[in-house]
Amino acid sequence: MKIIISQLRPAVISTLVLAVVCCGIYPLAVTGIAKLASANKADGSLIVDKHGVIIGSSLLGQNFSGEGYFHPRPSAAGASGYDPINSGGSNFGPTSQKLADSIKERVSAYRISNGLAPNQPVPADAVTASGSGLDPHISLANAVLQVARVAKARSLPPENVSELIAANTDSASLGLLGVAGVNVLKLNLSLDALSAGALP
Amino acid sequence: MHTNDWLQLGLFIGLLAALTKPIGIYLTKVLDADGRTWLDPVLRPLEQFTYRLMGVDAAKEHGWKAYTFALLLFTAAGVLFTYAILRLQHLLPLNPQGLPALNPALAFNTAVSFSTNTNWQSYSGESTMSYFSQMVALTIHNFTSAAVGISIAAALVRGIARQSAATVGNFWVDMIRSTYYLLLPICLVFAVFLVSQGMIQNFKPYDTAKLVEAITVPVGTLDATGKPSTEPQTITDQTIPQGPMASQVAIKMLGTNGGGFTNANAAHPFENPTPLSNFMQMLAIFAIGSGLTWYLGKTTKNQAHGWSVWAVMMILFVTGVVTCWWAEAQGNPIHQALGVAACDGNMEGKELRFGIFDSSLFATVTTAASCGAVNSMHDSFTPIGGLVPLFMIELGEVVIGGVGAGLYGMLVFVVLAVFIAGLMVGRTPEYLGKKIQAFDVKMAMLALLVLTASILGFSAWAAVSRWGQAGLNNAGPHGFSEILYAYSSCTGNNGSAFAGLTANPPNGDSHYNITLGLAMLIGRFLMIIPIMALAGSLVKKNIAPPGAGTFRVAGATFAILLLGTVLLVGALNFLPALALGPIVEHFLMHNGRLY
Repeated sequence: MKIIISQLRPAVISTLVLAVVCCGIYPLAVTGIAKLASANKADGSLIVDKHGVIIGSSLLGQNFSGEGYFHPRPSAAGASGYDPINSGGSNFGPTSQKLADSIKERVSAYRISNGLAPNQPVPADAVTASGSGLDPHISLANAVLQVARVAKARSLPPENVSELIAANTDSASLGLLGVAGVNVLKLNLSLDALSAGALP
Repeated sequence: MHTNDWLQLGLFIGLLAALTKPIGIYLTKVLDADGRTWLDPVLRPLEQFTYRLMGVDAAKEHGWKAYTFALLLFTAAGVLFTYAILRLQHLLPLNPQGLPALNPALAFNTAVSFSTNTNWQSYSGESTMSYFSQMVALTIHNFTSAAVGISIAAALVRGIARQSAATVGNFWVDMIRSTYYLLLPICLVFAVFLVSQGMIQNFKPYDTAKLVEAITVPVGTLDATGKPSTEPQTITDQTIPQGPMASQVAIKMLGTNGGGFTNANAAHPFENPTPLSNFMQMLAIFAIGSGLTWYLGKTTKNQAHGWSVWAVMMILFVTGVVTCWWAEAQGNPIHQALGVAACDGNMEGKELRFGIFDSSLFATVTTAASCGAVNSMHDSFTPIGGLVPLFMIELGEVVIGGVGAGLYGMLVFVVLAVFIAGLMVGRTPEYLGKKIQAFDVKMAMLALLVLTASILGFSAWAAVSRWGQAGLNNAGPHGFSEILYAYSSCTGNNGSAFAGLTANPPNGDSHYNITLGLAMLIGRFLMIIPIMALAGSLVKKNIAPPGAGTFRVAGATFAILLLGTVLLVGALNFLPALALGPIVEHFLMHNGRLY
């Protein structure tokens, strides 16, 4: 009993002191420094249009389905996909019937919409859901296969569209780490800018 | 399996090796009550002030029983603190989304989960936790559970190194010094770095973005007669969650906690914006655990022993990484037959910026250490790719392992390895000059058997129960893997998941929340108590000078013996269960079987 009482005070007091130091002072200090050093990033890398309306975050993907837009990866985040309140993957395993059915459907839709031959392999990222359901990127191969469709829908020369892909590619960190990917939201925004806002 | 990826693997291991000694040196100063560090001018006054408030005499050391008791009482206080905040969330500040309180079973599960360094999450962060709950109720455990792990490792190492002594240290001093001198300063720098990569850190309400292209999607609803149907729904907005994320993620990684700010954890582009942030997060997971092996060598005055333990860890680690990476790069033959490009590997559940390699490396790092953060969905890995993280957890997370927990877990295997060597040559086993006797081996075995019993026992129960099967997202052997992974992860205090499993169902069934909570408590404390008893037993023994017949605990012979012990125990305990899950699924996948 004596030992309980003697150790109770340090147990309770240390919890409270550490709550103040680690959960009060520390996060506030980080917030303060972040605000000074990189405010836009700390606030979510938001993209604002010319009227001052938030139209997205350069880090978060959005749904696109129009012919004149590049399409992102399938998404399992929320019922409609790309819902950041419900981030996550499909969590279907390798022997899942549901997953195989979805992939079959997506492969055929992708081939039709991009005019691929019926036996041409489709880039894996185009027909699989990402881990977060918010993946902002598609692979270079996936983007290249969509160029013809987008250029036709917008009546643009394919070279101009390809140039925009290069301009909106995030390369591997330090040229070594990770995989280069095309940021779909930024690419589609620059397409809109190129078409002077006139949607097909 | 590209050249670039091999270079990344080399860079990762090279940097880890280079960091091990500097961190080890710093640890020897932090874990010495009188140690001097260059942060003393700022932190010494804070440290002294904290002891004064607590009424602790920093110069007084304790035996193993008092040390363990203080640790248990401190954890109990922390669990109650967090449980209270989660239950009162709706009344507390910093809740701009007006999120309600958690139900009792979920609050219990979460409080236990964070205090045991597991960070299993039955909830999804962005739709459940207020900023206050994230920042205070959860983050405090990210710091303290890591500090507790380091303290226990220090107590055990002192037990090995000291001669004919009675005390193993002062828990309060070890815990406070680890937090102030080690975790806080590194986290401050790391968090600012993470923001520079794009991680959020703010207190504003969630933003609403107007979508560039409004989208019409069929959404499943129930019609007037209660039958499920789909209705087209036009979506024009995207809600963008915000919050103080970077400060929490820094300690989530450094302290091998792993609890995500968001549901998607380190796969979320806010929580892991770039491949560089990903690389640094992986390094942070391993940094302290790796440094502790140097601390072991330094404190026991046998640096070769410390490095030999590190080398065994690395052999297991590299084997795991390469196996997982190979399996994921091979991809899924079923999907390839449907037209998916074979050269892309298995991309389901993976982020494009990380690709196959960084996803496989992260999965192995997070389960080798008891971190549990994920940058890809392990549930969607190929069977062998998913077997690697599962097996890493089941080995006891002794490959670098959780901060502190990895070292004390590995030392249990060292004691067993030395015991087996003693039996083979017919001498009384000795470890660094100390006789390993019946009591020590009993404690080491107890720590191992408790984990196995919890994992297999709970998995078996869930697998044959209605509540257990109701939570599954996948059928067939993969469903069993989801259950086995859940109890392995919780018992091993890892926290990652085959996340298709619904542990907190909408109907309020609390079986998973409670059994997983118990598995976490068993895995943490029924391991810690025998280990502290082992420390208490070892510290009393005197050290015999090395002779001609002494078994050297360094070099290739020792490393092979240790490696064999770890693998043999892991394989004997879990191979039958693994055969029913991932192994049989591997063959079924190659036969094109679907469930």
